[in-house]
Amino acid sequence: MLEIKNLHARIAEDGTEILRGVDLTVKPGEVHAIMGPNGSGKSTLSYILAGKEDYEVTEGDILFNGESILEMAPEERASAGVFLAFQYPIEIPGVATMTFLKSAMNAQRKARGEEELSTPEFMRRVKDKAGELQVTMDMLKRPLNVGFSGGEKKRAEILQMALLEPSLCVLDETDSGLDIDALRVVAEGVNKLRSPERSTVVITHYQRLLDHIVPDVVHVLSKGRIVKTGGKELALELEKNGYAEFVGAAA
Amino acid sequence: MPAVQETIDRVRSIDVDQYKYGFFTDIESDKAPKGLNEDIIRFISAKKEEPEWMLEWRLDAYRRWLTMTEPTWARVEYPPIDFNDIYYYSAPKTAAGPKSLDEVDPELLATYEKLGIPLREQEILAGVEPKNRVAVDAVFDSVSVVTTFKEELKKAGVIFCSISEAMREHPELVRKYLGTVVPVTDNFYATLNSAVFTDGSFVYVPEGVRCPMELSTYFRINEQNTGQFERTLIIADKGAYVSYLEGCTAPQRDENQLHAAVVELIALDDAEIKYSTVQNWYPGDSEGKGGIYNFVTKRGDCRGKNSKISWTQVETGSAITWKYPSCILRGDNSRGEFYSIAVSNGCQQIDSGTKMMHLGKNTSSRIISKGISAGRSQNTYRGLVSAHRKASNARNFTQCDSLLIGQDCGAHTVPYIESKNATAVFEHEATTSKISDDQMFYCQQRGLSGEEAVALIVNGFVKDVIQQLPMEFAVEAQKLISISLEGSVG
Ligand SMILES: Nc1ncnc2c1ncn2[C@@H]1O[C@H](COP(=O)(O)OP(=O)(O)OP(=O)(O)O)[C@@H](O)[C@H]1O
Ligand SMILES: [Mg+2]
Repeated sequence: MLEIKNLHARIAEDGTEILRGVDLTVKPGEVHAIMGPNGSGKSTLSYILAGKEDYEVTEGDILFNGESILEMAPEERASAGVFLAFQYPIEIPGVATMTFLKSAMNAQRKARGEEELSTPEFMRRVKDKAGELQVTMDMLKRPLNVGFSGGEKKRAEILQMALLEPSLCVLDETDSGLDIDALRVVAEGVNKLRSPERSTVVITHYQRLLDHIVPDVVHVLSKGRIVKTGGKELALELEKNGYAEFVGAAA
Repeated sequence: MPAVQETIDRVRSIDVDQYKYGFFTDIESDKAPKGLNEDIIRFISAKKEEPEWMLEWRLDAYRRWLTMTEPTWARVEYPPIDFNDIYYYSAPKTAAGPKSLDEVDPELLATYEKLGIPLREQEILAGVEPKNRVAVDAVFDSVSVVTTFKEELKKAGVIFCSISEAMREHPELVRKYLGTVVPVTDNFYATLNSAVFTDGSFVYVPEGVRCPMELSTYFRINEQNTGQFERTLIIADKGAYVSYLEGCTAPQRDENQLHAAVVELIALDDAEIKYSTVQNWYPGDSEGKGGIYNFVTKRGDCRGKNSKISWTQVETGSAITWKYPSCILRGDNSRGEFYSIAVSNGCQQIDSGTKMMHLGKNTSSRIISKGISAGRSQNTYRGLVSAHRKASNARNFTQCDSLLIGQDCGAHTVPYIESKNATAVFEHEATTSKISDDQMFYCQQRGLSGEEAVALIVNGFVKDVIQQLPMEFAVEAQKLISISLEGSVG
């Protein structure tokens, strides 16, 4: 599904190197967790996967379903099935959430040569998924993310993911800002999407999310490299002992 | 099918370099010699078989104009205009007074067809619900070629014809109202228009009549170096209602063409006029070469009590736009509205806004202006809200929003407020925002292309104004805006 090979990347503007040789392979159906100290490059990695222009890949490659996506525009990657739930979802003033959802779904369908969704079909799907994620009609009518609380923003991200049905889901600290109940709702939403064809990368600082979304593999990213990989028990270990041991190893 | 929808549907790109309407119709035209003097004015007046008083009116305007200088206060720049290098009269040769469509030059009809105007009544009748029908008065260069639906309107008592025809058929109405909202001496371009205007539309809706359909004029400038000076006069008598749509396109040319129209609206007691414009003149190429100079004076007079005038404009074209559709709120309890979307891209310059002049008691006005600048364009909102000494309880609400796309464009807001009455309440809100790279990336991550993302955000930005447009214009206007912004990202 996803193969990241010796990925080096820097900030395009000032040349600061952020990723220094990331290797990561995620097979179909697997859930991988990426943990690591603040500033270690987790969000950067997710942005680079999604194709953000602020970063320059200087070495290595990213293969998605066996093919390099480095030359693909962000919207092409999206239509190919890459989804990123943002750590800080962006406000889109003036555009009702509902309108945004419909535009995004139809844009992806168009790019894949599929028919546009009819309005009733679209409504059916939205109502369905919004219900599951406890996203209210009122929220769907409001401009996307504008004035949404932290938790509402995260739920809106997962709603988009559920509707777009990507094959690679990257969740960047989706748990931050969620209260305990919302965390369960969101985690259930993510689990529902788990399937043998779909891979998930969960970036998080906390074990509590991984209690709900149980990962197959856990990685520790430090200073732009994966310094440790293990099973789900690695997260528990980190929770207890912190990163000191691994961060030291990377230096 | 609404009048212009087909046109827009067929528009693939109106990118500044690929102006879709940039075709030129090869029709022999009947032209006055270049330049401007009293003889030219006599020529125009004679061609139009005008009454003597009209000629005098024009000549007075011309003499006045000679003493005036061009206004320079707008935030626009252009080389000096040589007013003697313009043809002031150009008429398609075969179009002198066609009695029916069969007499109209087929080339001309073909042009309109390219524009998507269903001039042929049967076409309109074929696919359209009665209440959605639009009567079209098409102005081709200087002469109004044909007016559709005239008969049905006549039954309702509505007069809808070219202003030249009105001058011949309804001289008493024209004489009574022409120049009473925009006086001959009003400003340099309005005065020039008064001297040389060649055609335009005339509407009179009699007392108590609700005009049974939307009225529409489609303007088009064809002839090279032809200034287009239309004159439109709309009168809604007591208790009458009319909604009028104006659409404009012009062929693509290297030279700039001058367009100086005057529109006058008069609403008597309890009358309402809704005037909507979708302006899509050729904006010039990406280097700023060519394009229309759109120097227009539009003003409505809420002359009667409880009258209402509402301007809605979607401005996407022209190299330079200088335009302030205004309302004189003379009648007590009268109301003025101005809803505007002004889109500038490439090297376009827009200086547009409105004036709400509160004269009567309990008058109210509302201004919603949405400016979108992209490319290297400059987009200025300039507005005046004033309350006269006697205008007690005047109310205004102004909302002025600017959206910037890219680094090299500019948005400016210049509001003037003058209140001579302590009971006036004027509110003004203004915002400026930018489509950020983060917003673009977020939308793209969801599968939208750069252009789709801009269109989505822009449509969200303008939707309060789009809602004010008659249904048949709303969809087209939205598409037109997206198309005008093509090439503004990436
Ligand atoms: N566009 C940018 N401009 C400048 N610095 C940047 C940019 N993007 C990332 N950085 C820097 O790169 C480093 C990695 O940032 P990143 O956001 O990827 O960390 P993170 O692992 O997601 O941290 P956190 O756990 O706090 O979310 C940080 O030092 C950050 O300041
Ligand atoms: Mg982060």
